Amino acid sequence: MSTNPSKKFKNPMVNWIEYRLPIFSFLDNSLGSNYPTPKNLNYFWNFGSLAGITLGIMLVSGIVLAMHYTAHVDYAFDSVERIMRDVNYGWLIRYIHMNGGSMFFIVVYIHIFRGLYYGSYHAPRELLWMLGVFILLAMMATAFMGYVLPWGQMSFWGATVITNLFSAIPLVGDAIVTWLWGGFSVDNATLNRFFSLHYLMPFVIVGLVVLHIWALHVHSSNNPIGIDAKTEQDTLPFHPYYTVKDLYGLGVFLICYAFFVFYAPNFFGEPDNYIEANPLVTPAHIVPEWYFLPFYAILRAFTADFFLFAYTPISWIMSAKLAGVIAMFASILLLLLMPWLDGSNVKSSKFRPLYAMFFWIFLLNCVVLGIVGGKPAEGTWLYIGQFTTTYYFAHLLVIVPLVSRLEQPKTPPESISAAVTSTAQG
Amino acid sequence: MSDTNKSAEDGEEEEKTRRDFLFTTTAVVGAVGVAATAWPFIDQMNPAADTLALSSTEVDLEPIEEGQSITVVWRGKPVFIRHRSSEEIEKARADDDANLPHPESDAERAKNPKWLIMVGVCTHLGCIPLGNKSGEIKGEYGGWFCPCHGSHYDMSGRIRKGPAPTNLPVPEYTFLSGSRVKIG
Ligand code: HEM
Ligand code: FES
Repeated sequence: MSTNPSKKFKNPMVNWIEYRLPIFSFLDNSLGSNYPTPKNLNYFWNFGSLAGITLGIMLVSGIVLAMHYTAHVDYAFDSVERIMRDVNYGWLIRYIHMNGGSMFFIVVYIHIFRGLYYGSYHAPRELLWMLGVFILLAMMATAFMGYVLPWGQMSFWGATVITNLFSAIPLVGDAIVTWLWGGFSVDNATLNRFFSLHYLMPFVIVGLVVLHIWALHVHSSNNPIGIDAKTEQDTLPFHPYYTVKDLYGLGVFLICYAFFVFYAPNFFGEPDNYIEANPLVTPAHIVPEWYFLPFYAILRAFTADFFLFAYTPISWIMSAKLAGVIAMFASILLLLLMPWLDGSNVKSSKFRPLYAMFFWIFLLNCVVLGIVGGKPAEGTWLYIGQFTTTYYFAHLLVIVPLVSRLEQPKTPPESISAAVTSTAQG
Repeated sequence: MSDTNKSAEDGEEEEKTRRDFLFTTTAVVGAVGVAATAWPFIDQMNPAADTLALSSTEVDLEPIEEGQSITVVWRGKPVFIRHRSSEEIEKARADDDANLPHPESDAERAKNPKWLIMVGVCTHLGCIPLGNKSGEIKGEYGGWFCPCHGSHYDMSGRIRKGPAPTNLPVPEYTFLSGSRVKIG
């Protein structure tokens, strides 16, 4: 607990530096023995450090790929094939980067649902949570632009469909699309700017992550029972307890990651992206990367006869296309409001059985949205997509505000240590 | 030094307004400067001069048989050119009075009814509709069909069914001497 500013280290060299730049005490207070952490964290609390490490892996593998990659429509596809065949270990580095994108999203989605279940967005962690949502948005932008770089058919057509979304904006839509493209279609100018921004955005993410962790360290982690640490009894020093636990989790994670890199490197990919981009031929099914599928399903749910559109005032003021685009962005931006949508004064769903049940339904609903996003938007799939889209918004805008205010939660234990000792005894 | 003393004696009022004036003008000039500097950084993303220079294409229509279509590239996008038969023209005209989501008469869309020239990019989200090559699906209205999200276009390239909001756009074009057409 005690922060000792004049902390003396054993090594005189360390002390010499510490006196001039107190970096060692900074580290000790952030990741070391001087950072008290709730002692009841479960394995869901591993995913934050995993996300940070994955970001590091993406940076290193990406910078190395950029040494061999050529951002030009005539060479991009071939340069990636050259990375795969001729560059020493190029295949490995590319597969690390390609699957790393998927791993990053898996880890971050688990991290987010962890927050939703345990109420980690509640006061005083609202900004911490909101920074997380901004990180998610920045990751999506990064991954979207990265996927364009290999200049395969999915790269090209994904970029075409997604940039065309902006044409739904009234009056200025077409001018915005031309501006995004730097031409009259997705072309060399587009590829170049996407490469530039794909290189930049990860460093913006690093900046957001620094703020995220800064905010985290002000009030420390939430925990499975959602009541704050009160005494030293409730905490453990981060090092060695959680450094070891995070390293163990990292080992398990790297095994899964390596499995995909070595045994199923194209599992998450689309075979069509190994065909060079052809602006004159559209593939039969354009599907985005798996981590965008739920949002793609929401986008496509808005057809002229979708009841949420046709029978509401939405249809008086905008086209179905614009409504779909707005709904897609809103589905993520609404998460920013979670701290206020959820009006309960008990954080963890452990003490809110009704709320917990709706949490699981919501999670299932998101999975179904993801499945729908990968299917053609026709027939039954379209109806399922429209139903799950409606439920997505109903959950955030109706169920969460009402259930959190009406449900009488169970009484949480006195303190973290009381909870830990009582489970240990019984 | 003396300046400061003097103004202090002159009273606070005057000094305050003069400062406010300097403060506001500086801020305004600064803001205009920032906006003026920002514009080049925004506008550089718009199409460059060489991209704009490539913005017209000439096509020879001679080899296109009646009932045949070709695809040419204009501004990086496909343009469909169809040599329509008289039945096709009739069919397109007959539909002028149909319930069209985006009403346009066939005469407005094809200057010379034999030649239907339009940008082959679905107005929904930019896929390329099928139907320009023989053997491809032409959709329920016999024109073009976009497989991405199911938009059906008729013999005049007008949207009839599906999520696309507008008809396939007709680019600017002029018939040059003989059988040549200039698009753009
Ligand atoms: C937030 C971290 C990052 C994410 C989520 C990400 C995501 C992606 C994705 C999904 C691809 C497409 C992979 C494929 O299908 O081939 C890609 C490609 C690429 N990325 Fe990244 N990336 C990240 C960071 C970086 C960084 C820091 C660089 C450094 C310049 C970089 C450079 C590249 C290059 C050169 C390619 C094209 C080669 C290829 O397609 O394999 N990336 N990225
Ligand atoms: S892009 Fe043609 S129907 Fe969507």
